[in-house]
Parts: sequence; structure tokens; C-alpha cells
Amino acid sequence: MQEYKMTLLPEEESILRGEQGETLRKVMQSVVMYGEAFGAEKLVPIQGSPHLVTSFGANTIKPYFEMMQELIDAGLKTQQPFTVDPRPMDFEHLNPGLLRRLSFKLIFGKQEEYERQLQALGLKNENAFSCACYLPEVGNTPRQGDNLAWSESSAVVYANSVLGARTNRNSAGIDVMCDIVGKAPYFGLLTDEGRRATWKVELRSASLPNAQLLGSAIGIKVMEDVPYITGLDRFLGEGLNPATEAYLKDMGAATASNGAVGLYHVDRITPEAVQQGESLLAEGYQTYIVDDAELKKVLDNYPVLWKDKTARPGMAFIGCPHLTLHQLQDWSARIEAALAEAGKARTEVPAYLFTAPDVADVFRKDAARVAALLEKNIHITTICPLMYMNNPLCGKDPIITSSNKLRTYTSARFYLEDELLRIIVSGTLPQGGRQ
Amino acid sequence: MSQTFKGRPVLPGNCSGEALVSRQGFNTLASFQKSVILHSKKAVCSDQDNKDLYGKEMTGKILCLPQTIGSTTGGLVLQTVAEAGTGPKAMLFAEHIDSLAAAGVILSDIWVGFRYVVVDQLGPDFLTAVRTGQTVTIQEDGTVVVG
Repeated sequence: MQEYKMTLLPEEESILRGEQGETLRKVMQSVVMYGEAFGAEKLVPIQGSPHLVTSFGANTIKPYFEMMQELIDAGLKTQQPFTVDPRPMDFEHLNPGLLRRLSFKLIFGKQEEYERQLQALGLKNENAFSCACYLPEVGNTPRQGDNLAWSESSAVVYANSVLGARTNRNSAGIDVMCDIVGKAPYFGLLTDEGRRATWKVELRSASLPNAQLLGSAIGIKVMEDVPYITGLDRFLGEGLNPATEAYLKDMGAATASNGAVGLYHVDRITPEAVQQGESLLAEGYQTYIVDDAELKKVLDNYPVLWKDKTARPGMAFIGCPHLTLHQLQDWSARIEAALAEAGKARTEVPAYLFTAPDVADVFRKDAARVAALLEKNIHITTICPLMYMNNPLCGKDPIITSSNKLRTYTSARFYLEDELLRIIVSGTLPQGGRQ
Repeated sequence: MSQTFKGRPVLPGNCSGEALVSRQGFNTLASFQKSVILHSKKAVCSDQDNKDLYGKEMTGKILCLPQTIGSTTGGLVLQTVAEAGTGPKAMLFAEHIDSLAAAGVILSDIWVGFRYVVVDQLGPDFLTAVRTGQTVTIQEDGTVVVG
């Protein structure tokens, strides 16, 4: 057996000697080598349920499917049922047309086969496809202090920051390895030291900033570091409630995609900040002041990647990460109100609201409401908008969005919420707006 | 004149080749996305935000970078291009390797049977010194010779 610096339990050493099979040996070797790269001193038990990022059966990721099959053939499963990111296709609710459907089938040709692999490895259920797995309707909600090995950057930052669970930013593949052995290497965001903030972000705006814009500014500045944010409680109040959680979900996703933030603390709001306050700040921390001018500067710097910058928007995508039930209700009501104010029956730009299958099921119980929304050109789907736009035939479409994560990874054009609403209803881009 | 740097061998090996230098965080998914989707035989960097690498061929090069950034599918992408033979042959990190890249190169080594030679913690001076197109030689103990 290879020598490792990490302290291993007899059971772990037995697995590494191959006494419980060659495949499990490779799994444990992957986890231990991963930990050793970060100087982890030990492995710790995973307490919460797993969440995986890889939800798509893309033809191109052959070695990943082979690895998964090797695990299945060896009879291995994750120690607890897991959730996974959203599916890439939902033609019933977001129909891209015949040609694009064919191209989706080509790109994600292994989707059904891969979902069978996921089931064999321990998928929670048919509805377990959401990046916001922690929503109460989905139910994969870890407790404060739980050790995890999650992937999906927006879920990682939410679990760490809002729930107080402990997970590093794990990549696809190593998440499964850790979840099979039920252990994660003890380093980084699993440790008290790794959770201390090296940045103090002082929010000095006159009003509550757009969550996605604030998160973007913070992510661009601190990159992978841990920020301690002050000043948000002036607008959000103290502690957590569903509206604050939704705000932090969107802000966090932007910090993780515009930078690589895995954990943030919010003074008087997030659990560790409530409990420990500014003692979470590490010695020698840096300070970043965010005021209205800084937020405008960040917004004005976003490039517009549309070929025709004055094109009529084709669709509006709202919900990356997936919307909470409250957000779904709120967005549909706001679009309806904007339509009523404009004296219109239907939006000019089709509005797609993305949410978790479990949340959609709750919302769709009111079939009359869903039908009324469809009449108004407001659609609800459960796929990943990012994967939709990864289809080269769809990726060039003039999509508008309120999601900073979608803006970062695709050519979707970002607008603040009120502006987005006006475009959805009118079908026209603002005059003299950002080009 | 050559310059020598010493880092930590994460996945040790001896090799030499042509440097490809990203002075900003290397977004693995954004960089390989197009070539992976199109099954290209050579990977050309498709990350429009990376001014150093956009449009440059990455296959078989020695990728010099601070860290990787971006989606948590980054490690899976490294596995995919390892198997397809379109990835870099080595990765030289100025900083500590990040968790996404570490997972990708380790899983490639164990599950794909392809070893990226990986050295990290080469320091900021390394990225200042090395230029795209220069010859870089890597030794098993983490010594890197530029030029």
C-alpha cells in the first residue's frame, strides 16, 4: 500500500489494501489522494445527504460514465440517497422546435442511460433534479455543522453560508467517491480555520441592492476567499426568513460564479455570524466597500455577447439557481401585474420560470392558475437554463435573464428585475441602455 | 537564459514541452466546452473572458496558470479531455492547486489511466517569468526549468 501522511483508521487502511475489492480501493485512494493534496490530516464522516452536480447524459463525457458503471458493477452505492442538478431537457414545457430537439437528443444522447446509472448509485427519487436541493419541498437540507462533500457551486455556497453545514467546493466525480465511502477529507471549509473571513465587505448602498449584482461584485473582488458582509441587516432585518434565504441564495450563486466563493458570512443574519460575529474575521483581513457607485460600475462592465446587440429578445430566463416557491409565486404575480398595468393580455417575450420539480409539483396543483399563466406567455419548467444554452443551436439566441450565473456562463444578457419586467412585457430593449 | 523554479509535485513526472500561459484563473469548463461538445481532435480555448488563451490550441501543451476557476464540472472536463487525448500534458500552478483541478487530475490518474504531470506552489514569479511558446522542463521532484 502506498504511504500516506494522513492518519487513517484501520477500516480505511483495509480498504486501501484492497481487502474489500479493487474498485472500492480505487474509490478510497481517490478520496485520500484528494485530501493529501490539501494537507488533510484525516477523513471525517459525512452526516448529510449528498448532492451531485452531474445530471446530464452528454455523449462526450465517456470516461465519467465508465467510472460510474465500474462503481455499479462492483455493487457500490452512496451511503445515503442523493439529489443531483437539474435535467437538461423538458420539451413539454420548453419546446425548442424540431431541429433543436434533435440536436438536444444528440448532445444528451445518454440521458436515459445515465439516469439509470444514477438510480443504481442511490438517486433519491425521480424528482431529485434541482440545483436548489436544499429547498424545503426538495428536502435535502443539511443541518448546521453537518460535514458534506457536495458539488454544484451554488448549492455549496448556500449549504455553507445559510445552513452552516460544512463542504468544500468539490468537483464532479470526487463527490461520488466521498459519498460512497461516506467520508470527506478534513480540510478547507470543513475546518474552523478555513471558515474564517479574510475579507470584510461593508455594504453602504442607499437601498437593498439587487442580490445578483451584489454577489457579482463580491465574487469578482474576493474570488475564492471568505467574505464577512456587514450592512445587509439594515434592509433584510436580523436572522433568516424565507425572503432573506431567497435573497442569499441568489447573492451566493453570483459570488460563486463570478468568483469562486464557497462560504460567506452575513453580519446578524447567517448562523455562524449570528453566533460568533466579527470574531470570524481573520487577522489581517482586507476591506471592500460596496456603495451604489461600485455596484453601477460592476453592472456597466458586463459585456454584451449578442451578435446583434439590438436584437429583439427571444426569451426571458428567470431562476438560475432554481426559484423557491415564494419566488415562483412572486415572479408570476409581478409579470401579471406588469401586464395589467400595460393593458396587455400576453407578454411580448415568453417568460420561463425555472424551479425544482418538487416545487413545480406544489405550484401546479392549482391547474387553473398554471393555465392562466400559460395564456399570458408565462411558463414553468424544471430544467437547467445553462444546459439549455449549452446547445450550440440555442446558445446564440437573444436570451435575457435576471441571473448572474447564467450571464457568466452563457451569452444571456443580464438585466435588473424591474428592467427585465419591462422588456418581457414590451418586447423592446431600453433606449440608451447598456450596449 | 533559463530560470529554475521549485514547486510541490502533486502528480510527479518528468516531461518537457511548450508552455501555454494563463495569467488569470483558468476556467476549465469555459475553455474546453466547445472542443468537448464538438468532439474536436485538438482543443482550442473557447473562454472569451481569457485574453491570454482564447483561440489558442491547448492540446499537448504545458499549461501554466495560477489556479482553475468556474464550474464544479471542471474536474470532469479534465477527465474527459484526458481520455480524448486533447488536454494539456502537464499543469503548473503558481498557487496551491484548487479543489476542482485536484479532483480532475487525481481521478484522471486513477480512473482513466492518464497522468497529467502536476506541480503547484511555484510562486507568482513563475507566472511572471514564463511565456507562451517557451520550452518548459519538469522534473519528478517538482523542479521546473523555463527556457
